[in-house]
Amino acid sequence: MYDFAYHKPTSVADAVKLLAADPDARPISGGHTLLPALKHRLNKPSSVVDLSGIAELKGIRREGDRIVIGAMAKHKEIAESAEVQAAIPALAKMAGSIGDIQVRNRGTIGGSVANNDPAADYPAAVLALGATVVTSKRRIAADEFFQGMFTTALQPDELLVAIEFPVPQRAGYAKMRNPASRYVMAGAFVAKIADGVRVAINGAGPGVFRQKAMEAALSANWSPDAVANIKQPADGLNSDIHGSAEYRAHLVTVMAKRAVADAG
Amino acid sequence: MPQVTLSVNGKSHTVEVEGRTLLVELLRERLRLTGTHVGCDTSQCGACVVHIDGESVKSCTILALQADGTQVTTIEGLAKPDGTLHPMQEAFREYHALQCGFCTPGMVMAAIDLVQKHPAGLSEKEIREGLEGNLCRCTGYHNIVKAIAAAQDVMHGRRSELARAEAAE
Ligand SMILES: Cc1cc2nc3c(=O)[nH]c(=O)nc-3n(C[C@H](O)[C@H](O)[C@H](O)COP(=O)(O)OP(=O)(O)OC[C@H]3O[C@@H](n4cnc5c(N)ncnc54)[C@H](O)[C@@H]3O)c2cc1C
Ligand code: FES
Ligand code: FES
Repeated sequence: MYDFAYHKPTSVADAVKLLAADPDARPISGGHTLLPALKHRLNKPSSVVDLSGIAELKGIRREGDRIVIGAMAKHKEIAESAEVQAAIPALAKMAGSIGDIQVRNRGTIGGSVANNDPAADYPAAVLALGATVVTSKRRIAADEFFQGMFTTALQPDELLVAIEFPVPQRAGYAKMRNPASRYVMAGAFVAKIADGVRVAINGAGPGVFRQKAMEAALSANWSPDAVANIKQPADGLNSDIHGSAEYRAHLVTVMAKRAVADAG
Repeated sequence: MPQVTLSVNGKSHTVEVEGRTLLVELLRERLRLTGTHVGCDTSQCGACVVHIDGESVKSCTILALQADGTQVTTIEGLAKPDGTLHPMQEAFREYHALQCGFCTPGMVMAAIDLVQKHPAGLSEKEIREGLEGNLCRCTGYHNIVKAIAAAQDVMHGRRSELARAEAAE
């Protein structure tokens, strides 16, 4: 790792000031993506801005028909939150399936969603539930937030503050893990919310995306059979030593079926 | 240079570090607590697991400065001053849960956190799943799982002494 300066502000305003003053400054939350990347010298920040001292970014609460999760909520906290377990059990279960205990003790939802790794878990929940990403500047709908591999609508001096999830009528998630890295090879999050049915696919493509054919089928008939014969085109899906695009396309259907079964 | 103040195994330290200094580097290279190992340095193997405020974490993936103001426990902090081993250490010894020993400090620290978080007790399957973040290249895990199963009975006060390995066969 190259050396860098370290700051630990106690408010969002101060953190944003530090980021705005220095284009090479980077926020750090759990550090479980950023530090491995810095060890590879994939980038060279002049300073890191530790968000762990900012009370505004913490906490999980229910506000009417929404669950609001602060950016600094750790995977472990989300997995164990009574509010999340009651309102969106699929999200609590997802959080408890990320990495291992030590990763869940440090990694945060804000870091994961801001990073938008195509193989990450949360982006599928954020997109399928039609969540709103609250930043230090504005509110961004999930459909506008994710912009392809490791790319989001966030600007360099903009912090992810919280994510607001509407409480769904039903939601389920299923993923096929890479047996070595344990990251998602293909996953599907299905949700029935007030606005209709939404299906988000992660792991399979260069970024999380909605599967509209499955959404239409599940709107007409909410059952695993409804998606069983919907084929995901392999065009544009990831192809690598772990699996071909065709294999991932096949997995998308299988995972969608399991996700609907999981939602009940 | 920035300073970090933290408690390690009950003793307070203030050390000058670089921004990029990892917690494991602070422990091993500055405090000379070399029981905590670095196996992969890529956040995968768990050889570097220590406790921060009672939670198991990978110390190769935490900046020393992020641990400012915390209480850190390492493998060196488990045994009593008179040398009596922690029940988990004793169980690893009794059940032959190590061969080369490289993974052992991280395994023991991860196992203690796992057992403490499950007062009702863990099944064999739950122990195996709980060790997802710890890799062992020698043992094949069987004896590690047996050791943890035996240690949890002592840690939760269900037995006053560790079940002997032979008796458990
Ligand atoms: C061994 C291992 C296994 C893993 N397995 C999985 C898995 O199965 N599934 C999965 O989804 N993930 C997995 N991860 C990734 C893990 O969940 C990370 O913790 C997560 O992706 C990033 O969260 P973080 O808090 O550690 O972020 P950091 O590493 O601190 O930050 C990540 C990025 O987001 C930026 N950032 C952080 N917070 C904010 C914010 N509030 N606003 C704006 N930008 C911000 C940072 O600058 C950085 O670019 C794994 C990681 C490891 C090490
Ligand atoms: S050395 Fe930290 S996880 Fe391997
Ligand atoms: S005993 Fe050798 S790596 Fe586990």
